[in-house]
Parts: sequence; structure tokens; C-alpha cells
Amino acid sequence: MATKAIVGEKLGMTQVWADDNKVIPVTVLRVENARVVQVKTSERDGYTALQVTYGQKDPKKLTKPEAGHFAKAGVAAGRKLVELRLDSVDGYTVGQELRADTLEKGMKVDVVAVSRGKGFAGGMKRHNFSGQGASHGNHKHHRSPGSVGSCSFPGRVFKGLRMAGHMGHEQVTTLNLEVIEADPERNIVLVKGSVPGPNGGVVIVRNAVKGKK
Amino acid sequence: MKTTDFVDQQYIKSDVPSFNPGDEVKVHVRVVEGSRERVQVFQGNVISMTGGGVQEAFTVRKVSFGIGVERTFPKHSPIIAKLEVIRRGDVRRAKLYYLRDRTGKAAKIREKRDR
Repeated sequence: MATKAIVGEKLGMTQVWADDNKVIPVTVLRVENARVVQVKTSERDGYTALQVTYGQKDPKKLTKPEAGHFAKAGVAAGRKLVELRLDSVDGYTVGQELRADTLEKGMKVDVVAVSRGKGFAGGMKRHNFSGQGASHGNHKHHRSPGSVGSCSFPGRVFKGLRMAGHMGHEQVTTLNLEVIEADPERNIVLVKGSVPGPNGGVVIVRNAVKGKK
Repeated sequence: MKTTDFVDQQYIKSDVPSFNPGDEVKVHVRVVEGSRERVQVFQGNVISMTGGGVQEAFTVRKVSFGIGVERTFPKHSPIIAKLEVIRRGDVRRAKLYYLRDRTGKAAKIREKRDR
């Protein structure tokens, strides 16, 4: 599991120049006043994690249980509560602020976010099916999935067969992205490459858990 | 106006002169050979400009020993040591790809006259 993690907001993509004068495509993440609301320990909760909030929210718009939870921690209410699973939560206290310098330049990270929703999508978009021919007498079946099974044996369609359905708006993790810059003064983190989700979406950045160290 | 503009700010060069498609420009390019660095000049006509902000790029075409050579530069790239505008061209479109099919006098661009 991860040893370091932080929550932020995706701002968008741009490019920066590396020292060898080559362009690096980067995603800009804003990491602003993320604060610990609760420290979960294996003795009490069965697992170790940090419950973190970020941003601001009008206290009047909180429900009573939410307001009580923030008041108990003595932390200003934020937009959302996010849990960061960590190997060890030693050294973390309630109310502590997590800053961009949790990460450092050159580090490999994984980014977890909810992907853009595509709605009800057909087989071609959802599973990269090839579709049917445009011509050769095809009539109104240009994007249909084709055959879904055999004949009287097995006499049914197998479970789990890839078909049209809801696509996107699910948790997606992009592995092993490189941190190009982590600036605690401007509260930004630049990671190389793209990150799931729309601009303005919540992202969790943690140190890479797979691949070469 | 993008939310990421504040990141781009530090990379945008303010000393690049303004130019348009059809203009003849001299691009001084930094070339690294081993550990040595020297400046090479690439002179030709701007035949296309794409992108905006920090991602803006332009394509320069020249004819070298009878062979057309095109090179695309990011406008704010650090490899561009200097950029000079030699002459302003009078053209009617933004992308001058038709120049690729022309040779000799037909490939000439009229100079822009101030009125």
C-alpha cells in the first residue's frame, strides 16, 4: 500500500519544457489546504487510513451529523470527505494540513479519480468492437455488436458477455506517472501525462504501488 | 483564459516579435553537439501557425539546394535563441500549403506594402 497520499483537484492539462529543451505534457493538480479530519488506526477501525477534507463549504449547508463530525475534529468544513489508505498513519494528527511537498519531483505516483461519464454507450465505443460493414447490403446494422452466442446448444447467452451499457463515471487509477513539479507555495502538483476525470474533479495522488522502485 | 494559465506564464517569451503566415523569418536555433552548443540559422517563409498560448507553434519552409525543407518550432521553445522578421508577406490565407506544389517564381510571396 501507499506510504504517502494527498487529495487535490484537477485543473487541466498544459505543457512545460524540461531541462533538455523537450516538451513534457503535464496535468496541473491544485492541492490546497487538505486537512486531516480523522485518523483511522488498525486497533480501532481495523485498517489504517486518513480521512481528509479539502476546500471550503458553507457551514449552513452541512447536515447535523456532518457538522458534528467536523466540530469534533475542530476542522473547518470542506467540500468532501476523502479517505487515503496508508501503510502507517504514525506522525499524522487530526487537523494537520497536507501540502504539495508531501510529493517530490521525480517521484512515481498513481492517480485515482472518477472518469468522465459517457452515458449509455454501444459496443463500439465501450469495448472497441469493430461494428459491421458500411456497405455490401448492410441495412441499419452498422454499429451493432453482431452475434452474441451459438445455437440450441448452449441455448442461452453467456453471463458477462460484453454488450452496450453504461460507460465511464467509475473509479480509474492511472499508474506510475512522474511528478514533474510539487510546489507547496503555489499549491500545485504537475504530473506527466493525463489523469482520469473532468477538469475540477477530485483526484487522489499516492506514491506508486506497482512497478520498479 | 484557462485555469492552467498561471503555470504557462513562466514559459511564455515576451521578446518574440509578432509575425504572420507569409512572412520571411530567420530563426536562430540552438544546436547541441556533444557538449558544445552553437547557433544555427533557419531562414524561410512561415507557412502555418497553430495553437495558442504556450502551445503556439509555426512552420517555416525554405528551399535548400532545390529540395523543400520544412521545420516546425514551438514559438516559446528555449531552443530558439532569436527570431527576426526579414520581410512581411502579402497572402490571402492562413495556411500556405499550396507553396509545396509550386517551384520557382510561382512560389514567390508578394511583399506587403503599407497603405
